Parts: sequence; C-alpha cells; structure tokens
Amino acid sequence: MDWGALHTILGGVNKHSTSIGKIWLTVLFIFRIMILVVAAERVWGDEQDDFVCNTLQPGCKNVCYDHFFPISHIRLWALQLIFVSTPALLVAMHVAYRRHEKKRQFRKGDKKCEYKDIEEIRKQRFHIEGTLWWTYTSSIFFRLVFEAVFMYAFYFMYDGFRMPRLMKCNAWPCPNTVDCFVSRPTEKTVFTIFMIAVSSICILLNVAELCYLLTKFFLRRSKKAGNPKHHPNHKNKEETKQNEMNELISDSCQNTVIGFSS
Amino acid sequence: MSWGFLRDLLSGVNKYSTGIGRIWVAVVFIFRLLVYIAVAENIWKYELDEFECNVKQPGCENVCFDHFFPVSHIRLWALQLIMVSTPSLLVVFHVAYRENREKHHNRKLYKSLGEIDGGLLCTYLISLVLKTGFEIVFLFLFYKLYNGFKVPRLVKCDIRPCPNTVDCYISKPTEKMIFLYFLVATSGLCIVLNLSELSYLIFKYSIKCYLKSYVKKHQ
Repeated sequence: MDWGALHTILGGVNKHSTSIGKIWLTVLFIFRIMILVVAAERVWGDEQDDFVCNTLQPGCKNVCYDHFFPISHIRLWALQLIFVSTPALLVAMHVAYRRHEKKRQFRKGDKKCEYKDIEEIRKQRFHIEGTLWWTYTSSIFFRLVFEAVFMYAFYFMYDGFRMPRLMKCNAWPCPNTVDCFVSRPTEKTVFTIFMIAVSSICILLNVAELCYLLTKFFLRRSKKAGNPKHHPNHKNKEETKQNEMNELISDSCQNTVIGFSS
Repeated sequence: MSWGFLRDLLSGVNKYSTGIGRIWVAVVFIFRLLVYIAVAENIWKYELDEFECNVKQPGCENVCFDHFFPVSHIRLWALQLIMVSTPSLLVVFHVAYRENREKHHNRKLYKSLGEIDGGLLCTYLISLVLKTGFEIVFLFLFYKLYNGFKVPRLVKCDIRPCPNTVDCYISKPTEKMIFLYFLVATSGLCIVLNLSELSYLIFKYSIKCYLKSYVKKHQ
C-alpha cells in the first residue's frame, strides 16, 4: 500500500470528473505526490540527524528539535495530500452505488433498464447531474476546506513559509540559550514555497471547477424553465462527443502518470 | 510479502461486504494503512538511535530504551492493523466453502454465493465482533503499556548499569503523540463503523424474520 495504490483508487474517479477535475488530479499526482516522494522526502530525510545545537548537553538537541518542529513539514504535506484526495472517494462510492442499483434493475429484468448487458453497466460513464452533482460539488467543497485548513496550519505553526538557518533555544535541559542550526534551510524553503504554490494552484482549480458546475447547474435550470421541449437525441450526441474528448484527455493524463510508482 | 498482501485481502473482502463494510475498508486503507506506510514509519524509524541519555555509561541507553518501550508504538500499530483485518478472512473462507459445496453437488445450492444470509450472516457477524474486539484490546494495550497516549519528552531511568537516576530524552515526542492520537481517532471511527454495521445487520434480519413469520401466520 503506497501512493501508487492511491493513484489506482483515484484513477477510477477520473472517468466521472469534469475536465478541470482531471487537470486537478494530474497536478496532484505529478506536482505534489511525485515531488513529495521523489524529492522532498530526501531533503527532509536527515532532518534530525543534521539538526545541530551548539552544546554538548545530552538531550538538548532532542528537546529543541521537538520544540521547533512539533510536526515535520513532510508529514504535514503527506497528511494534507491524503485528506485532500479523500473527498473524491465520495464520488467513487456514489457511482458504485448507482452501478449496483442499475445491475439490480437489470437482473430483475426491469423493462425501464436500457442496458444490453452487465459489461455495459460496468463501463458506463455517469453524467454529473442530479444527486451525483450534489456529491461531486460537496467533494470539491471539502477539498477546498482541507487545503485551506492545512495551509493555515502550516502558516500558523511555522510563522510563515521560510525555514530559518538558526534558531535560539532555551528549553530545559539546555543550560542557557543555545544556537541550533537547521540542515539545508534554503532547499527546504524552496520546496516549501513550491508546495504552497502548487496548493494554491489546486485551490484555484477547485474554485474554477465549483464555479463551472454552479454555472452549468443554473444554465440547465433556466433552459428547462424557458424551454420545456428539448431534443434529447441532439443533446446526447453533443454530450457523447464531449465524453469522447474527455476520455481522450483522461487517457493521455493516465499515460503521463502511469509510469509513476514509489 | 508486504502490506500489498493485506491490501489484496481487503479488496477481496470488499466484494462481500455491506455498504458500511466498504466504508470501513476505505477508512482502513486510506487513513490507517496509507498513513502508517507513507508517514508514521518514518517518524519511528531511528527511535533507538535518537534516544539519548545524559550519561556516558555503555549499555545504559539500551537498557533504558528497552525498559520504557517493551514493544515500540509502531510495531503495536502494525500488529493492530494485521489483527483487525484478519477476521474478514472468515467471510472469504465461508464463501469459498459455499462455492466448493456447489461444485461438489453440481447444482445451484444458494441463491447467490455472496448474499449475506443464513450461515454467512453468522460468519459475518462473528467477524464484526472479532474486529471490534481486537480494536478495543489493542487500544487498551496501548493505554496500559504507555500510561495513556502521551509521549513524554523526558523519562528518568535508574536501571543497572546506569550509575544513578539518569535523564533520557525521547526523540520527536510531540509528533509521535499527534500520530498516536490520530491512530486512536481512526480506531474509534472503525469501532463505530463496525458497531453500526452490526446493529444494521441484526435489525435488518430481525425485521425479515418477523415479516416471514407474520406472513406464515396469516396464510
């Protein structure tokens, strides 16, 4: 079980996402999870070993490290990524529930069921409308909330996003105020700013997706109110074309992340 | 042999679970297994190297570490994950037994192999009870072994060969405490999910039995 398994789980959700959702997922896997695993973990790998305090007092280094880093950056990011990925599971569960209902209808031999076989139900892509729209929109909302909460927690715990070179510590058992030096402060600052920037991009993508969904919802409502006679076949053809395009985009996105494993 | 095996096991169980059971599997995968492997293991990785005592006496650090951490948090966590996932195997075995029976008799004995009724319902309920039991036992073990879920910065140790009472400092105590609380929270959530699934199944099948007997009475 690792980040690759998370990719497999979320890849399934990709099929039912909007185009912006698919871009968000790609950004998440390439610019956040991959960077975390391949680069950031190495930078923070030796953080306590190379945290050096100007004292021979045993225990002082441990206590000062614990005081300045109650929870390491790298662990906070990992938790943030896990929490931010989880709302997509709500959508996956809703889709699975719908598929289950359709399979049940099909098995009962319901005449309303328009599918020819179970395989078609399994492969079918659901449109984001009705209750699925609400689930999808709430998942985006929760994603936004988690991103914002973690960004704030970061800012609050570390007084901004800069990693200082030197920290002064006088926690017991340090005999006086001692100088403690952080390992690789500039590299850590660079990666912190990078991760914050990508977080902000993800927040913007989520906001854009939310606006898109809301706009689509209101447009659909006003169309229904203003034009009760609609042409379902024509609409379906347009939507099928859009679906095919989305499939192509998702396939190319999948191919770019398929080689990734940790 | 690694955590991938547990992942495959739980994916297999997912097929025969109720809706709440699937939520339980998702919580275990993402909030427990993934957090353990991707995050928690690294915190406890160098716990012995970074455990420092204010003394030069050789052997004192080793002895004190062993005294305060008879079984490391991270090992207990791993054991808990394994034990809590294992009762689901009972359900898998029962379904395999049903399949075998059908093959042996060469005809359809059950309406659907994965349908939770009759014997499979009992097996499923027993697996839920066992899961909940293991969760509670491990939480209790954590609580008893470490005097609550706190990780102190400093512990005082006076076991031979330490010459006197020496101060020993634990590495990353705050981070360890945060993740222990996270473990307790997710365990609690899993206990709640198991208990709701148990009540749901008992309620559903009592209603079914009651309706059946009611119909029979009136026929």
